[in-house]
Amino acid sequence: MDKLKSMKLLMAGLIFYVVVQVLSAVGVLNGYFMVIINRSLIGVMFAVSLNLINGITGQFSLGHMGFAAVGAYTSGSITTLIFKLSPRHPEDAVVFVVAIIAGGIAAAVAGFLIGFPSLRLKGDYLAIVTLGFGEIIRTILNNIAWVGGPRGLLGIPKFSTFTVIFVFTMATIILIRNLVQSSIGRSMLSIRENELASELVGVDTTKYKVLGFVVGAFFAGMGGGLLAHLLQIAHPTQYGFYASALILIMVYVGGIGSLTGSIIAAFSLTFLTEGLRVGIDWLRDTAGVPIGTEWTMVIYALLLILIMLFKTEGLLGMREASILIIKEKQG
Amino acid sequence: MKKSYLVALGLVAGAALSFVGCDKNKNVVVGGVAPLTGEAATFGASTKNGYDLAVSEWNAKGGVLGKQVQLVFADDKGDPAEGATVFTKLIEQDKACAILGTVMSKVSLAGAPICQSAKIPMIATASTNPKVTGVGNFVFRACFIDPFQGTVGAKFAFDDLKAKKAACLFDVGNDYTKGLSEFFKAKFTALGGEVVGFEGHATGTSDFKAQLTKVLAAKPDVLYVSDYYSDVAIIAKQARELGFKGPLVGGDGWDSPKLTEIAGPAIEGCFFTNHYAKEDKSPIVQEFVGKYTAKYKAAPDALAALAYDATNIMLDAISRAGSTDGAAIQGALVKTDLKVVTGQVKFDGERNPVKSAVIIELKGGQQVYKTTVAP
Amino acid sequence: MESIFSPQQIVNGLQLGAIYALIALGYTMVYGIVRLINFAHGDFFMVGAYAAFGSFFMFNAFLPRGNGLAFIVLILAMAAGGLIAVLTDHFAYKPLRYKPKLSSLVTAIGVSMLLEYVFSAIPAIGPSPRGFPEILPKKMYHFGSAEVSNYVIVDLAVAAVLMIGLTLLIQRSSLGKAMRAVSQDKDAARLMGINVDRIISLTFLIGGAFAGAAGLLAGLTYPRIQPYMGILPGLKAFIAAVLGGIGSIPGAVLGAFIMGIAETCATAYNSLLGEGIAFVILIVVLLLRPSGIFGEKTADKI
Repeated sequence: MDKLKSMKLLMAGLIFYVVVQVLSAVGVLNGYFMVIINRSLIGVMFAVSLNLINGITGQFSLGHMGFAAVGAYTSGSITTLIFKLSPRHPEDAVVFVVAIIAGGIAAAVAGFLIGFPSLRLKGDYLAIVTLGFGEIIRTILNNIAWVGGPRGLLGIPKFSTFTVIFVFTMATIILIRNLVQSSIGRSMLSIRENELASELVGVDTTKYKVLGFVVGAFFAGMGGGLLAHLLQIAHPTQYGFYASALILIMVYVGGIGSLTGSIIAAFSLTFLTEGLRVGIDWLRDTAGVPIGTEWTMVIYALLLILIMLFKTEGLLGMREASILIIKEKQG
Repeated sequence: MKKSYLVALGLVAGAALSFVGCDKNKNVVVGGVAPLTGEAATFGASTKNGYDLAVSEWNAKGGVLGKQVQLVFADDKGDPAEGATVFTKLIEQDKACAILGTVMSKVSLAGAPICQSAKIPMIATASTNPKVTGVGNFVFRACFIDPFQGTVGAKFAFDDLKAKKAACLFDVGNDYTKGLSEFFKAKFTALGGEVVGFEGHATGTSDFKAQLTKVLAAKPDVLYVSDYYSDVAIIAKQARELGFKGPLVGGDGWDSPKLTEIAGPAIEGCFFTNHYAKEDKSPIVQEFVGKYTAKYKAAPDALAALAYDATNIMLDAISRAGSTDGAAIQGALVKTDLKVVTGQVKFDGERNPVKSAVIIELKGGQQVYKTTVAP
Repeated sequence: MESIFSPQQIVNGLQLGAIYALIALGYTMVYGIVRLINFAHGDFFMVGAYAAFGSFFMFNAFLPRGNGLAFIVLILAMAAGGLIAVLTDHFAYKPLRYKPKLSSLVTAIGVSMLLEYVFSAIPAIGPSPRGFPEILPKKMYHFGSAEVSNYVIVDLAVAAVLMIGLTLLIQRSSLGKAMRAVSQDKDAARLMGINVDRIISLTFLIGGAFAGAAGLLAGLTYPRIQPYMGILPGLKAFIAAVLGGIGSIPGAVLGAFIMGIAETCATAYNSLLGEGIAFVILIVVLLLRPSGIFGEKTADKI
């Protein structure tokens, strides 16, 4: 049964992949749409990994893009400064994949460090500490000259193709799903529901809280690395509070604890952003309405507030699509 | 999960369908990029005005290659990731044959590789960081670069203001202001002056008193402030409050009527390097200032002039190339020799224009032309 | 070294501390009573600054610059800050009061973003910074090696008067007694006949009004306002409140002044340190003494 479910998930992914590739080859999806799809997929990596921290383990991180920054700068430094790669040589792709994983590991180390305060702090204090962590990362990056300081890390080779991003995203979804639906995931969920009680029944809460941060940071770091190799630049301002808040919106709109919800929300919000951009540009330049892209963020902020007020658990709540569930429900 | 793919595919298909049937070949499509939101929003607004004014003039004269010019504008929000997305949109979705923009160097640096790999020429308007045109041979710019501007500022402070001791203040989170201060420091020291203070501040702060108290303790003759105008205004006020009497000197980030509006008397008798002076008597400048003021009810700042120039340089190259092919336009751009508002433009080997800078003094709440410095 | 701990730097730090103190009080009062980090509190400060800006131009038409005008502007800035705080509580926080605490926190983040982006999206306000007028004619005084403007005195005086007023209100009035009761035990307070919702609204009103007053002072002192001006001071004032012991009024004030002076001196030493000192303080306090200087120790570990 387990095997079958995994096969179904892989099949669904494969169908998506083939459809996008075919549409791209016949020209229905141009480069702009491919950028949007690529960014949606990276958004899925960010949202699913944040959901592991905030949703499954019940911790609270406001500095998720800080982990992405660590991953982006680590992998970007490896490909750009150390190996000076260019996407022309096939063997460079191996270094690239290693660099992305190294970025993930560096972010996981950061996640381990930031996971420690979580042992002592409740949600709201933790929010401030993680926010502070994100700001400190940004300040440090601004002051390291050899990764470009405030100019950003430049000349990163363009390795992140749709295929690469797709493979990493699928891997993220499958691995986090397997984790969540294993005994480790059950322990994490028990911490969220009642930490004291789960400690009393013998759950090593310390271990699982830190593990949530480490694993979440690992995937966010890989996502950051992929983003850097897609945009060919890593800049400290990309990883500030508002970037983290956008991921937070995806997770809470999609549903706390629902991986399906995070995936849908990442795609919907990325496409909505572009739709609103086209709409706002049209209103401003053709219809002459004095309107700016700030309204996009006004809409998102309102969306977040309304979801919290009227559907606190998010659009999907804890529900998962059937292909994302490993075990059949019993009884 | 299937649902999510259906939703995603539905969105993709819907959005794709909505663009089917657009025929964009009737016009010559040029993309324009500038930040209309975020910290550099006022710079973006004048930049957009500059593009629009130049395009409407060309269209009034019959357009280019016998077709009307259509400017598709996109807001980059001053963010590199946004910049990369909108550059791709303009090239792939709107089929722009050339890109104008953008303002901030970090965003131009994100857009440049996209233009380079698509072989679409771009002219960055006000990105003064030297690295921008280093991305490739399709990347040009309309402004001078920071090393030149910092050098001019240092020479002016040392030779004309007779300053022996200078102190620098800059934004640590902004490559433009940091770089400019570094170039100033290098030149000022090389001339025999002494830089007695070199202090950064956080982006977005309004309290500069700690840094000012520290650098003013070393009694500098001039304060080199490479920040944007709104920071400069606050720094000037706080420096005066702390008893500093000497002049402040800065770069083109000062060019906004808001500087004197916010700073008031604190900024009197201070100087900055700029791309052009509004009171320059040459007809091309006066014609531009007149048209711009009539259309937008505001005096054009340097950003507007550079955007106007970039548009003219690009459209001139397209008409000389006789085609909208990227490589042909690039070939024509390299051979540019055109008189524009900010000077006579010829590109050097690094695709930077060889132009002079002007020094502007702030007097009676107005910008007053002081002198021109050739490269 | 001299330029780092000079009398001038201490004056700079006190001035900054006075503004942090007024913001920190709102955080600490709201946290004390509803156990919520009101993320939008820094934005109430921004609203106050814009209200002061607008009311100055409204009233300057018939009043000259000076103390009278400054007083009217102060009252209106406080009214605006208080109003936005009460509205936020009513529409965004109150419906979630008995839901998991994190949902209120997420809502607060949403409100914060909403205020910032709405202010920058409205064409009449816009994202660009605006210069803040000199409502009071500026005078300079020399005290030894320090330059002190009358604005420093105004900042400290306004902060002191408001803080003394608040202390008297809480310690001496029956209203203050009710506030203390609600902060200790909401259910018991309700059984004693206290209208808990009204007390919570009142807390938001006072906290918001203080933030509004801080907005005016910040506008005067650092004469530039913009929609995102509340983020950093809000965060730092919150850290000051944690340092002093969240929920404690004297703690918030002491924490704010320590914060102001520490930040000024750290910045003078090295701007990188100045940027990070707030978070360093936060992490040190949370690791060594999470209850802060004046905070009571609680048994509640998680």
